[in-house]
Amino acid sequence: MAKSAKSNGNGKSNLRFSGWRRENGRVGVRNHVLILPLDDLSNAACEAVANNIKGTLAIPHAYGRLQFGEDLETFFRTLIGTGANPNVAACVVIGIEDGWTKRVTDGIAKTGKPVTGFGIELNGDIATIAKASRVAKDYVQWASELQKEECDISDLWVSTKCGESDTTTGLASCPTVGNMYDKLIPQGIYGVFGETSEITGGEHLAKERAINKEVGEKWYKVWKAYQDDVIEAHKTDDLSDSQPTKGNIAGGLTTIEEKALGNLEKIGRQCRYIDVLAPAEAPAKGPGLYYMDTSSAAAECVTLMAAAGYAVHTFPTGQGNIIGNPIVPVIKITGNPRTVRTMSEHVDLDVSGILRRDMTIPDAGDALIEMIMRTANGRLTAAEALGHREYSLTKLYRSA
Amino acid sequence: MSAPQLLVHEKKDTVGVVVIEGLKAGTDMTAVITADNSSFQIAAKMDVPIGHKVALVDIKKGDTVWKYGQDIGKAVADIKKGDHVHTHNLKTKRW
Repeated sequence: MAKSAKSNGNGKSNLRFSGWRRENGRVGVRNHVLILPLDDLSNAACEAVANNIKGTLAIPHAYGRLQFGEDLETFFRTLIGTGANPNVAACVVIGIEDGWTKRVTDGIAKTGKPVTGFGIELNGDIATIAKASRVAKDYVQWASELQKEECDISDLWVSTKCGESDTTTGLASCPTVGNMYDKLIPQGIYGVFGETSEITGGEHLAKERAINKEVGEKWYKVWKAYQDDVIEAHKTDDLSDSQPTKGNIAGGLTTIEEKALGNLEKIGRQCRYIDVLAPAEAPAKGPGLYYMDTSSAAAECVTLMAAAGYAVHTFPTGQGNIIGNPIVPVIKITGNPRTVRTMSEHVDLDVSGILRRDMTIPDAGDALIEMIMRTANGRLTAAEALGHREYSLTKLYRSA
Repeated sequence: MSAPQLLVHEKKDTVGVVVIEGLKAGTDMTAVITADNSSFQIAAKMDVPIGHKVALVDIKKGDTVWKYGQDIGKAVADIKKGDHVHTHNLKTKRW
């Protein structure tokens, strides 16, 4: 069983892990060298570099061209945030042209970590790949010698989002995450939850969980804006089997209200969110729980939270969502005994004992804290071992 | 206590969740209310899959259905105590 999350009297908790402290002071639990495409056109060159230089990681994506306004700002925040995440040691950026490539490299460079950008125009793929591969090789050899140091739990940023939920998530895996936050937020960690559409039916409860009235109003405005601008403009019966999803319904969830109430179990009983973040926005009000305005689609949401700087993700699932992320370990927690039986290779933590009443929620919370520490110390999650690297950018509206 | 077949979040709730696989019609279920750990017995009227809901009381068409002590939508058909509650008889009030 996990050690309980208590201070040992000298101001430090007994929850310690070893991680890489980056140039800006943030601590990473992975040591990736990223080959980051600015745009869809540059995916091929990035994948070629990652193929040339072992131990580097390309993260291809679909966007980056002709975006504008808030949609473009969200895009840049996500890309820069991905490179800036402390799980990334160094980064190569490749874009079709130099201007926006420089914007991303300059953004990542603010962390102090090594980053170099390459534009393809006037060079072509082959020359770009050759130049970028030489830099990537230097980076990966440099990163391989970086030493870990012992860190306090308060150096860890832990995000959450659930997926392929069913009624067992509200009974077991989501309250397990909630119990973890109730124990670790007071230890000084950063937390975050989101999923704006999926609070519908529990918005009165979510609003009350803000630290004060002002933050609650800020949250409500974000929730209401999605209802008015997106749902009301486009809504269909049951949102075309997207809220709840076909998988949710197969698992016994019937309505969005029921799904939302289960979802909100992830924020526990005591903790209160201290600010409301835009998609991929880094938290700036110190340690505590944050809300981020995100889609409820798993890969989009985890991508945004990783871009905000979160280093470990906790993911409750009922029916068995198999998502991972390229740079952040995603810990899968399920309370559904059928999912444990049929999809065990995707499960990091089995809390189905809660349904049998032979495991309490505080016990499950301790077990999750232990799994978070093991993951921070280097244990590969199920999603990492299985090669899940879903990287999905959030698109606010059609490109120009 | 042996493992329950049904879990209920709050005393106010009018539905509970089947938490075992292969539940058969006629089973005399032990239900536990997780909020206070109290228990009661209720018969399942139908085969109900794990994770799906059972009505704890008779629910009339148009009534609000309660789970987590909260409103989770409205009945769109009359539902008898012990019946399976799902998309055929419960609908969101939102969309």
